[in-house]
Amino acid sequence: MNGPQLVENFLQALTAGLLTGAIYGLMCVGLSVIFGVMRVINFAQGDFMMLGMYVAYYAFGLLVANTVFGPTTAPYIAAVLAGPIIFIAGILVHKFLVSRVTGMRGSALESEGHYAQLILTLGIALILQNGGLFVFGSAPVSIATPLSSNAWAVGPLYRDVIEVFVNQGQTVAAVIAVIAVAGFVLLMNRSRLGKSLRAAADNPEAAIYMGIDVERAHRLAFGFGVAMTAIGGGLLASGGPFQPYVGLEYVIVMYAGVVLGGLGSVSGAFFGGLTIGLVQQLSTLFLPNQLQNTAIFVGFLIIILLRPQGLFGRAMRRT
Amino acid sequence: MRTDLRRQILWIAAFGTAYAVATAFAQNSYYQLIMTVVPVWGVMGLAWNLLSGYSGFVSFGHAAFFGLGAYFVALAQIKWGLSPWLGIPGAGVIGALAGLLVGVPTFRLRGHYFALAMLAYPLALLYVFEWLGYQELTLPMERTNPIAYMQFEDHRIYAWLALALMVGAMVLTSLVERSRFGMSLVAIKQDEAAAEAAGIRTLTWKLRAITLSGAMAGIAGGFYAVVLLVVTPPAVFGMLVSAQALIVTMFGGVGTLWGPVIGSVVLVPLSEFLHARLGNIIPGIQGVVYGIAIVVVTLLAPEGIFWKSKDVLRRRATLGMPKPADAAKSAVVTELPVRRNEHAAVMLEAHNVSKAFGGLKAVQDVSIQVFKGEILGIIGPNGAGKTTFFNLLNGFISPDQGRVVLEGQDIAGKKPYEICDAGVGRTFQVVRPFRRMTVLENVIVGAYVHTPSDRAARETAEDALARVGLNDVAQTLAGSLSNKQLRLLEIARALAGKPKVLLLDETLAGLGSSEVEEVITLVRKLAAQGMTIVIIEHTMQAMVRLVDRFIVLNGGAVLAQGQPADVTRDPAVIDAYLGKRWRVANA
Repeated sequence: MNGPQLVENFLQALTAGLLTGAIYGLMCVGLSVIFGVMRVINFAQGDFMMLGMYVAYYAFGLLVANTVFGPTTAPYIAAVLAGPIIFIAGILVHKFLVSRVTGMRGSALESEGHYAQLILTLGIALILQNGGLFVFGSAPVSIATPLSSNAWAVGPLYRDVIEVFVNQGQTVAAVIAVIAVAGFVLLMNRSRLGKSLRAAADNPEAAIYMGIDVERAHRLAFGFGVAMTAIGGGLLASGGPFQPYVGLEYVIVMYAGVVLGGLGSVSGAFFGGLTIGLVQQLSTLFLPNQLQNTAIFVGFLIIILLRPQGLFGRAMRRT
Repeated sequence: MRTDLRRQILWIAAFGTAYAVATAFAQNSYYQLIMTVVPVWGVMGLAWNLLSGYSGFVSFGHAAFFGLGAYFVALAQIKWGLSPWLGIPGAGVIGALAGLLVGVPTFRLRGHYFALAMLAYPLALLYVFEWLGYQELTLPMERTNPIAYMQFEDHRIYAWLALALMVGAMVLTSLVERSRFGMSLVAIKQDEAAAEAAGIRTLTWKLRAITLSGAMAGIAGGFYAVVLLVVTPPAVFGMLVSAQALIVTMFGGVGTLWGPVIGSVVLVPLSEFLHARLGNIIPGIQGVVYGIAIVVVTLLAPEGIFWKSKDVLRRRATLGMPKPADAAKSAVVTELPVRRNEHAAVMLEAHNVSKAFGGLKAVQDVSIQVFKGEILGIIGPNGAGKTTFFNLLNGFISPDQGRVVLEGQDIAGKKPYEICDAGVGRTFQVVRPFRRMTVLENVIVGAYVHTPSDRAARETAEDALARVGLNDVAQTLAGSLSNKQLRLLEIARALAGKPKVLLLDETLAGLGSSEVEEVITLVRKLAAQGMTIVIIEHTMQAMVRLVDRFIVLNGGAVLAQGQPADVTRDPAVIDAYLGKRWRVANA
């Protein structure tokens, strides 16, 4: 392979990495809110993402059938619609299930509460996956949008050889993801609600004494968390086929991103997700395709072992 | 303890016999398969439980060991014609090695980080094995001598073999549970720092646990390959394998021998049954029902079925029983502290010790000497660096500069358990008992450091309990003690390690005045028996009557030191710490 060809491949992988990475970033932000505020490992996060994909899929069908929107804009409207719908689902799941073993009630159970949370979210994951199987069927589906088969050609950048293709569908999805993350970061930093969420994350007991309803903060965090991830899922849905078991593949990707970004840091999680997208795409340059995910996991292991506070997190003193 | 073990082994034998007999009646090959798979997941659950249940380090990655075991058995038979009779023990060795290799770097992490890092190992391996081209391995049929290759016409033999493995794992778990191995793991789970301060070599025990656990999981995986005859990466390295180990154990009860067994006996047939009966009618329904069963049990019995039923039984048994009486009678202190020889040998010494956290200089250039047999009091306002100084002395943190010398030996920068072994015992400002252990067990953990046999550890512990007057509550759970009893428990735990120096961190905090007198009497009795004691305290009144000598810390540095009478009149000390009211009251 000659020099310009290498550069072209690199730029192509970089572009693809940034575009998928932005969506991963959005999904990671969702998980980070839950992990950061509640300190709960939610195994069902990937399955809420899967629900987001199917909500987007059916919403897309409805929108197009009723010619509310054309097939070009409908996939994105549908993806964003997945947010509020999964938000409500998340609130309900938290209220009736998760809250029983987390928060103040969880700490009353001491270390045993920790186990209860894990197995509960595993149980929810099983229900969602298999419930998805019999509600949605096992055949892979996808959202067909004209944009995802079109690309902008950038270049030639060097004489007449280096030309990079930027997929239009992915670009629009990435832009929406960035907007959603920016909006959420603003919400967390500026609003009263965001402040109470952060206070509840920092020190739940002190937050209670300050009159913050920590139970409600956790419920909202769970709702927002799954909703953000669901929007990410909805955006991915127009990129390729998916089935009800798709969530499993993404759980580890999301956790890798969250840990990379530093536990509890919302903007860190976005950059963590972005990095995962880049690692995944760039690894294809020198590794066989099958080892893409191995590259992510090995990278994740190296980083968690060397810098458990995350690449972008600050070192914290453990007490 | 011995008779307890014998009874446990009898229960295991009874269970094994019942299961073996039940297997004999399973005529249909489908039931025979279920009877085989139940113990396989039982072994897997026991493997997970040995590490995660006892030590509290939750692993999401046991599929790594299981998968390596399965692939080892399959590849060894395909490539080298190695019989599974040898391959399965080999899978155990592979699992043990993998456990050790994974443990060494991963035990740097704790809590959620450990759990998540463990998740990555099997998933990384999954793709590696796919890439290697082992998407599907089939164990070859051996027609000439099937038995030599663990192939049987009668499928019940597989179930009996699996049962033998599970019974072996159960006996192993019982032995571990009752030895210092298990006790150390449980202590680590409840409070790793306190365990280390009590002389437990935490990393060593954790590595042993993950090695043994990896071996058990490797054997389970190897046997699974023989039973199913087909090995694919998702089936042995997938998330569901690790999840299954977790689910059966948590369902039945974490940190107990019977938990994983109950979990696999109930859940595995349930899921198989649902799969067979409902799976064809409505795809996915079996997973939903299985998930609902797990969720419901979690909500009703978050600690698992075993513990829940045990708690219910115990509550029924203890209804109406009187609460154990507080035996230690309060003693009135009349005599004045005995002045000790100022020229005694130096026991513990700190030379110019400093420690900074970022910009905060917590301890600056502190030099002290502790003489053999004296009671040295360290006082100072909040944030003066008292507890940090203790942490430097017992090795929780290592000093940025300076030396800590115990009887001529430099101990600065050593691990807490090494320093405990060298002869420094400590208690904590906020009491850190192992709450789910009995009082006696708490103290036994502290006794391991200087006792080779478990029997000697028990005797040392009983002796230490007698010294502090807690022998009446020896069998009570530490979590239900009063504040004073917890303080005494911590002293006993430290005493059990046969320390030369005892560091007491605010032992009098939160005690009523008569209780304060009791503890003062005890501390003085210990000193009279030759123990060297350093005590941090806030309550000046009590301290004046307790200690031989004071060191006053302020802003991380030594402000003054000397006899109680001199120090309490020092204007600098009064300004920094005692305040004007003290001056007025004592003028």
